[in-house]
Amino acid sequence: MNITRRQLLILLPAAAIAWESVLAGTPEQAPNYDKSQHWWSMLIDVPKCIGCGNCVRACQAENDVPEGFFRTWVERYHVTDGNLANPEVISPDGGKEGFPVAKEDEGKYFFVPKLCNHCADSPCTQVCPVGATFVTPDGVVLVDQKYCLGCAYCVQACPYGCRYIHPEKKVADKCTLCYHRITKGLTTACCEACPTGARQLADLKNPKDPIHAFLKTHSVQVLKPQMATGAKVYYNALDGSVR
Amino acid sequence: MGNFKNGDHLFRLAGVYIAGTLLFLVIRAFVVPHSFGQYGHYRGAAISEIADHPLHFAGHATCESCHSDVAQTKAAGKHATVNCEACHGPQGKHAEDPASVDPGKPDTAVLCVRCHAQSAARPKDFPQVNADEHSGGAPCGTCHQPHSPVIAAGGTQ
Repeated sequence: MNITRRQLLILLPAAAIAWESVLAGTPEQAPNYDKSQHWWSMLIDVPKCIGCGNCVRACQAENDVPEGFFRTWVERYHVTDGNLANPEVISPDGGKEGFPVAKEDEGKYFFVPKLCNHCADSPCTQVCPVGATFVTPDGVVLVDQKYCLGCAYCVQACPYGCRYIHPEKKVADKCTLCYHRITKGLTTACCEACPTGARQLADLKNPKDPIHAFLKTHSVQVLKPQMATGAKVYYNALDGSVR
Repeated sequence: MGNFKNGDHLFRLAGVYIAGTLLFLVIRAFVVPHSFGQYGHYRGAAISEIADHPLHFAGHATCESCHSDVAQTKAAGKHATVNCEACHGPQGKHAEDPASVDPGKPDTAVLCVRCHAQSAARPKDFPQVNADEHSGGAPCGTCHQPHSPVIAAGGTQ
């Protein structure tokens, strides 16, 4: 076969494109899991939380979260007459080892577990300049750590403080709602480890999920509703002082 | 048409433009991952990569498939809603290879007070004790069976 230099130059790009698609293959699909049939959220029953820190430890064990960083954490609020608008909030080591014993005292105490709210209209995904963070078709906000540049725009954009830059990988890291578990029919590590059922994974697209009955019969709120983020972590009996 | 005597320039310019566009398309085909844009403005393959992360917690259904006796005891007692790994920790490795991976036994002196230590901050209806007054520092497991913690009349042990 005789090919002139000119013909070769014309053929090269076409061959390159064909070879690239051979290399890439077809994207893999998880078997028996249909992304379009789920819309994940979480229900947090504040009066049930006892501040044991099981969820924080479970999350760190399941997801190899680096020491000193948290994908979920627990805050203890202490609201008294004197500080209704600005209560005392503590979270020693994210509540990982529980909380100091509170003596009988005036006012009220309660625990608020926090995690990524997996917002439907998330500010963090909107600011990413390279498309490294996104909402999946089943409603989970994830980070593509191979694509992330570590610019930390998303860390600043999250109104809930749920993101951090991984100290070794130097890329954004956050709660995945245990995506590797929920796509296999398991619940998240934090829900698995919660002894009182204060945290419950919920699928809003599943009509049989108990969350639907719960939302109809309880006073449920999301964090910072004024931000219009479409937060999907629902808090039962949330106190007005929670930020 | 004498004005178009320099038309060759335009053809050459068009040629350069087309070549440039082709070069851009070739480079883009190499640089942009195949699955980018599959679901949106991101790499679709990232979803299945994250879904493939390893499990550490086996899940209570897996535990109960072997330890059905403990599951029965637990279901009848006060700890019915507490999953196995809430106390025993992540047991994925033990579930994969039960013979060689020993799950260990939690120390009740440390474990129980995480939830049951007396504190004004906990919900009032949640059972709490001051461990020092209650047992004088003895581990809870001395008297209580953690899988069914209520001590029957006269004690179980």
